Order: sequence, then C-alpha cells, then structure tokens
Amino acid sequence: MLTIEKLRTPLVGPVDLALEKGSFTAISGPSGAGKSLLLRAIADLDRSSGFVALEGTEREKMPAPDWRRQVAYVPAESGWWADDVRDHFAEAPDLGGRLEAVGLKDALSWQVSRLSTGERQRLALIRALQLGPKVLLLDEPTSALDPPAVARVEILMKDCTAKGCAILLVTHDPGQPERLGARHLYMENGRLSGSPSREDAQ
Amino acid sequence: MSGYQALTYWDLVAASVFLILNAVFSIALNLGLARTLIVSALRMTVQLILVGLILKAIFLAGSLWWTLLAAAVMAAFAGREIRARQARRLSGLWGTGLGAGAMLLAGSLVTLYALAGLIRPDPVWQPQYALPLFGMILGNTMTGVSLGLDTLHTALAQGKRDVEARLLLGGTRWEATRPALRQALRSGFTPIINAMAATGVVSLPGMMTGQILSGVDPREAVKYQLLIMFLLGGATGLGVLGATFASIWRLTDTRHRLRLDRLDTR
Repeated sequence: MLTIEKLRTPLVGPVDLALEKGSFTAISGPSGAGKSLLLRAIADLDRSSGFVALEGTEREKMPAPDWRRQVAYVPAESGWWADDVRDHFAEAPDLGGRLEAVGLKDALSWQVSRLSTGERQRLALIRALQLGPKVLLLDEPTSALDPPAVARVEILMKDCTAKGCAILLVTHDPGQPERLGARHLYMENGRLSGSPSREDAQ
Repeated sequence: MSGYQALTYWDLVAASVFLILNAVFSIALNLGLARTLIVSALRMTVQLILVGLILKAIFLAGSLWWTLLAAAVMAAFAGREIRARQARRLSGLWGTGLGAGAMLLAGSLVTLYALAGLIRPDPVWQPQYALPLFGMILGNTMTGVSLGLDTLHTALAQGKRDVEARLLLGGTRWEATRPALRQALRSGFTPIINAMAATGVVSLPGMMTGQILSGVDPREAVKYQLLIMFLLGGATGLGVLGATFASIWRLTDTRHRLRLDRLDTR
C-alpha cells in the first residue's frame, strides 16, 4: 500500500519499507535514532529524497495537503491552535462513537488547556482518524496512557486496520507489537533493521 | 505666513534651561541620568542642525538627483532599522531585503501618488514637499513593517507545533499560518490605528502644530494633517500586508512545509 524506497534526510536513511494493506508495523529503538524524523519525512513535513508512493501514486504527484490527509501523521506531542477542543474537530457522524470508544465521550466541550497528556494523545489520534486516512503514522500513541486506556486505543487501531488501513507506529512498550500482531522493526542511527543490535537487545 | 515668529539661537539656549535644570537635579540626587540626558540632547542638536543645513542645500540646488539621493539615504536608514528591530529574521539577504523592499514599495507608491495626484507641486519632485512627505510615510511604514515581521516570526517559531498540526490535518500553508498572520497584521496596524484614534483629542499632531505656529489657518492645517494621516495609514497597511505575506511565502514551501530553517535567531 505504502512503498518507501531509499528515503533519505540529513539524519535518516536510506530507508526501504513497504506497508501492506490492513497491517501493523512497529518501530522501536533508542531515542535519537531518528524514529520521529522518519515519520516526519514520510508525511513530507521535512524535506527528503527518495521514492514514496501510496497505492502506486508517487507522493510528489499530489499536492502535499492531499498526501497528508491520506498518510496521516500523529506526532508524540500534538498541536492545538484554539482554546476549545470542539474547534479542532469537524462535525461528523462517527465522531461521537470514536470519542466514546476511548473514554472521552464529553471531551468536545472541554478546554484544551485543561487536558492531560493522555487525553491530548487520544484526541489527537481521533482527530487524525477523522481524516479517513489510508495510512496512519503514529509516534508513541499510548506512551502516556494507563493500561485500560491502552487497551481501548489498541482496539481502535485494530478497527482501523480491519477496515484496510495500514498503521506504522513507534513504540517503547515491549508488549505492544505482539499484542497488535505487528511486524517489528528496529531503528538505530537512522537505519531500519529486522532485529535489534546487541546493545539494544539488552 | 503673517504671524510667523523667527527664533534666534539664543532662544534655543534659553529653551534648554529646563532640560539643564533636570540634569542638575539628577546630579544632586545622584540619579545617574545626567550623562545620558546631556549626550542625547547634544546628539539631537547636532543631528538636527546638520539636517537643516543639508535640506537647505538640497532646496537651493533644486536638483532631482540630490533629492533622490536624500530619499535613498533615508530609505537605507529605515531599512536597517527594520532589520535591527526583529528578534528573529529571515536568513541571508532576505533578512534586510524583504522588510525594506515592502516598506520602500508601499512608501514610494503612496508618496508618488500624493505628489503627482494630490499636492501637485511644480516640479512634482520639489524637495520641500517630496522629502518631508516621504520621510513621514517611510517612518510610519517602517514601524508597522518591523512590528508585523517581528510578531510573525515569533509566532511561527513559538507556534511551530500548532502550525504543523494544521498542516498535518491537510491544511495549506496559508490556512495553517492564518492565526500567526492575523496576530502579525494586528500588531503592525496598532500604532497607526492608535495614532488615528488619539489625534486631535489627546495631542495635536506635530505637523499641524508646526503649521499653526507658522501662521496657517487651523482649518487649512487640519486638511493637510488629514491628508497625511490617510496617506500614512494607507502606506503602513500596504507595507505590513506585503511584508507579512511575502515572509510567510518565504517561510513555507510549495510542499506546504514550515521552513523555520530559513529563520535566524539573534
């Protein structure tokens, strides 16, 4: 579904990666390895060279806003430009259900300044899901959540892949790749590999 | 010009009595202000006397080229000032060029319009009209442009996450930077809006005061002042709009990325 060949930025790559429809891919590795930078590069938020294509259509062939709606990136710390949570969401029939699924039924009437880190994390994920993306790039989507909330978010993510989207996530939770049935990759010094190097495995 | 009272240099010395008194107080009370006060007063005196001499020479010469040269020197000082007043500015030549260019474009356009279309001196570039008018317009546009750019650059640098959040949700570079743009425009327009609101109620504008003191009918002085205020407002607005839009264009790219790498921090 998403094809990446020789993707390169000054600090990352070259990276080759293919994401299958309806699949999970997890990346872990030490901080500073370039995991977030890789996701930023795929979302075209940082300049990069190489070939990136969605279902055969090259990234540069479509306007960047269209690309980002289909290949949605949720950073570890999300941005909120208005005071009220409601102003960050468009009205949509499936919005209420998704909010309820992560335990934030009434969150639309809240103020952004009073959200906890974990609440922001879940709301940012739903905000991205509302775009109806084909690929989701998630940077530590559950790092600030307690175990019950993690379980709810994982169900939401599985819902998404069941409908055919591909998810690439960065995670430090050692059990998460297995729970999601994800292909597990490791990143070190800007390069991806199938197994951790000796230091990282400890 | 019937009621005009010419001043002698002794009048000026007498007028500085209160300023000198302040310096004496400062020394007596050990405030440490005397030195700065006297230095800036002397500096102002030298600057203004020089400007008076130069303007006199240019008026006498009546030459288009000397007039243009004087205008160019004024624009260069204003351009440097715009650059100096920004905590974060565009890197490279853009740092000076963009702000100065917007100011110069807006300032020259409005000055030429006023000279050729409204005031119509003969010749159109007559320095007695052209230089003071250009100076006033340039000064106000300079303040607006530097405030607008400073606010914009700070808002984009500190609000990087918010701007990128909107880009990530499929916003264009113009949609994503709109809150920063609005903030920048508001701050660039504030001085001129405040000036228009306070003019005549709180203070009589300097130019109008000058004309009244030199014997012009207050109603005529008011007309001139209104003309100037409209021109200043127009030029400032054009300059601020041009500079902020151009700066957003420079700080983003065609793939709708925020390019803070094109911004220098002092």
